Amino acid sequence: MDALKQELKENLIEQLNLEDMTIADIADDDMLFGDGLGLDSIDALELIVMLDKSYGIKLTDPKEGRSIFESINTMAAYITENRSK
Amino acid sequence: MNTNYHIKSYCSIKNNQVSLNGSVVYKDEEESFSPFIKAAYKDQNTKYPKFFKMDKLSKLAFLAADVLLKNENLNLEEENNIAIVFSNKASSLDTDRKHQESIQNKESYFPSPAVFVYTLPNICIGEISIKYKLYSENSFFIFENFNATHLLTYSNSLLSSNKADQVLCGWVEFDGEDNYEAFLYLVSTEGTITNSKQDIIKLYNT
Repeated sequence: MDALKQELKENLIEQLNLEDMTIADIADDDMLFGDGLGLDSIDALELIVMLDKSYGIKLTDPKEGRSIFESINTMAAYITENRSK
Repeated sequence: MNTNYHIKSYCSIKNNQVSLNGSVVYKDEEESFSPFIKAAYKDQNTKYPKFFKMDKLSKLAFLAADVLLKNENLNLEEENNIAIVFSNKASSLDTDRKHQESIQNKESYFPSPAVFVYTLPNICIGEISIKYKLYSENSFFIFENFNATHLLTYSNSLLSSNKADQVLCGWVEFDGEDNYEAFLYLVSTEGTITNSKQDIIKLYNT
């Protein structure tokens, strides 16, 4: 699980172009949206694509994303349970 | 032709060099566009993380506008009625290609929303408008070459009809790491350079 969290942080920084951030800046329980990392709606769509592309998870209901993308912890837990690759 | 309008300031970015009113403000001789524009942005000390999420055309337009408008010391608490009239040849082709590549293969069909939103050239105007809180008139035209006559006519029309107090005009072209150029100028009632076709072309070619 720790390796997956590390990988998610790396992917987040690279795919969402968070240039001024390092892995150390993102805590496992940091809020990804709102007052946390400050991600926006386009970032949310990118995360949905990332789940599909990297882990074979298709979110049919975008509303699900609200709880899945709350933090690195929630993302890692959901991916571990649902990944097909 | 109304000669009451003047070019108050101008900025160009080409050949790994950023110039404001004819003076070089940043130069980098060895890098290609991406590292160059990132270094030029950092040199300006503009704290705006969204810059890194922009496509290359928007980065180019944003930086040129930022260098120019920062020098105007605008009061961002007030509404600044600065219209934006941009133009280029390649439209958003660089980003269009990137998007097309992501949907080329049906077996690996993963279009990126963050790329797709930049598949229009006027998005770069939006980026500038968000940063400088501009709610003004704006247009983006596609021409085969730099068209001083059109920019002159359009900016004079916006000013004489009181649609804008100033007009940020110019050419923002990006079609590959080695084929980019931005030339923006601010038309106003202030300034010493006449907003004339001759002077616009002269500044564009410097």
